[in-house]
Amino acid sequence: MLTNRSKVVVNKQMSFMERIYLPAVVGGLMTTIKHLFRKKTTIDYPKEKREISENYRGQHILKVDENGAERCTACGLCAVSCPAEAISMTAAERKKGEELKYREEKYAAVYEINMLRCIFCGLCEEACPKEAIFLTDRLVPVSGERDAMIYGKDKLTEKHYNEVDISKRQTPAVLAFKQNKQYQHNQLKQTR
Amino acid sequence: MVSGYIIYKSIMVVVVFLIGLGIAAYSTYAERKVAAFLQDRLGPNKAGPYGLLQPIADGVKMFMKEEIIPDVSNKFLFILGPCIAMLTACMTGVVIPWSTPITINGVSYPLQITDINIGILYVFGVVSIGVYGIMIGGWASNNKFSLLGALRASAQMISYEIAMGLSIIALVMMTGTISLQEIAAQQSGWHWNIIYQPLGFLIFITCAFAECNRTPFDLPECETELVGGYHTEYSSMKLGFYLFAEYVNMFISSAIISTLYFGGYNMPLIGRFVTDPNMLSILGVVFLFAKIFFFIFFFMWIRWTIPRFRYDQLMHLGWRIFIPLSILNILLTGAGILFFNR
Ligand code: SF4
Ligand code: SF4
Repeated sequence: MLTNRSKVVVNKQMSFMERIYLPAVVGGLMTTIKHLFRKKTTIDYPKEKREISENYRGQHILKVDENGAERCTACGLCAVSCPAEAISMTAAERKKGEELKYREEKYAAVYEINMLRCIFCGLCEEACPKEAIFLTDRLVPVSGERDAMIYGKDKLTEKHYNEVDISKRQTPAVLAFKQNKQYQHNQLKQTR
Repeated sequence: MVSGYIIYKSIMVVVVFLIGLGIAAYSTYAERKVAAFLQDRLGPNKAGPYGLLQPIADGVKMFMKEEIIPDVSNKFLFILGPCIAMLTACMTGVVIPWSTPITINGVSYPLQITDINIGILYVFGVVSIGVYGIMIGGWASNNKFSLLGALRASAQMISYEIAMGLSIIALVMMTGTISLQEIAAQQSGWHWNIIYQPLGFLIFITCAFAECNRTPFDLPECETELVGGYHTEYSSMKLGFYLFAEYVNMFISSAIISTLYFGGYNMPLIGRFVTDPNMLSILGVVFLFAKIFFFIFFFMWIRWTIPRFRYDQLMHLGWRIFIPLSILNILLTGAGILFFNR
């Protein structure tokens, strides 16, 4: 009775009009025919796309910095924070001469996200101390194979000079929040 | 002359057969589209423009599928079932008068394959054989679900045939003929039988739904209870035949409903604008098909509106409501004929 929506069931005999069933049939037909002219709720997907919000959490991207060096340092915080355990990686040490390829001394040689496991919660993005991983407004395309749904660095790392805009996810509030983080080293700054 | 007659009739048979199959094929497409639209969806739209090639794709799929005949089935009957279903579905079309005769060079070509003077009885006879297709198929599959579906189908069809026949008797009393050509011809202008026989029409169309195994009377094949009912064990084109027969039946039922109650090829007032008899008869075909398409749509519309009956409700409706009601209708019609001396 909390919602005041409960109905008392009465087991009364149906009236004659109810029993001949026809008015109900006509009523039903009218209801369904109205739907014939209604705006459809489904869309012709690959041709037409639904409008999504600006900070939609879709397919991930591994950012590069101004010089095109990968920002990820394979610290594993994203993998630890991931509730779906979708991320796995193998770390490697940066060699001499690779400074323009990898920003930090340690980098992820293999970085994989299993898109079938991922729930697109965005916790990896929040956990990352290097501003390396972000979710974008791109939808993850479907695939007929499970293996194809495990995205490696080839699909995740962005191309230099062809960066994906993530400013919509970097709202002033988010930036202010990140300022307050204990370690300031995660701000964007010039590489040595 | 005789050979010309045979050639003309053969052409008519082939044309009607092809039109029937074509309409049945596109009914499957229409069914999916109508279902989608009534449920606020878009429906098939990938094969060709607006998905218009979908029936062809479905047909190819049916042909390409692996043919499975269960080991425990009775092979001969298993194959016979869908054949009978398809054959009877196609046979009913021959008595439908598509329009008035066309006269070319003084020779009159009737747009009807054959005007047998017991047209209605012929339709009933063939439709009753149709139940054997389902019954034999379900029985030969040697599967519980199929058997239950077949039992339901035969009980349901036999029950509703009675009410259907009785509702037709009232119509026949009024028209005084059982040739479909004459019944259609009598309804020129506004004299559509639906006006004189509303109750009979209601009974007839409901029974037609039951005879076609369409929702709300699709108990023989209800997926939710019986997997697929009588065609559970069927695959490939044999399944295709069963499904196809259902759509051909739907087309023929629509044609018969239009002919019996909705004036067939007649359209009121058209005689004022067109006087050329050949033109009139071509327009008649157009009108008849317009009516048929409406009823096919109506079949689909009902399907996506009304949920399936429970089995006891079905039997209750058939035996305890429709049969007395159709007898009452006969009485009322008799009284009306006596009173107005029509
Ligand atoms: S979005 Fe959530 S679930 Fe997906 S990888 Fe990141 S942390 Fe894991
Ligand atoms: S993406 Fe960020 S959190 Fe994940 S390993 Fe790389 S630097 Fe660490």
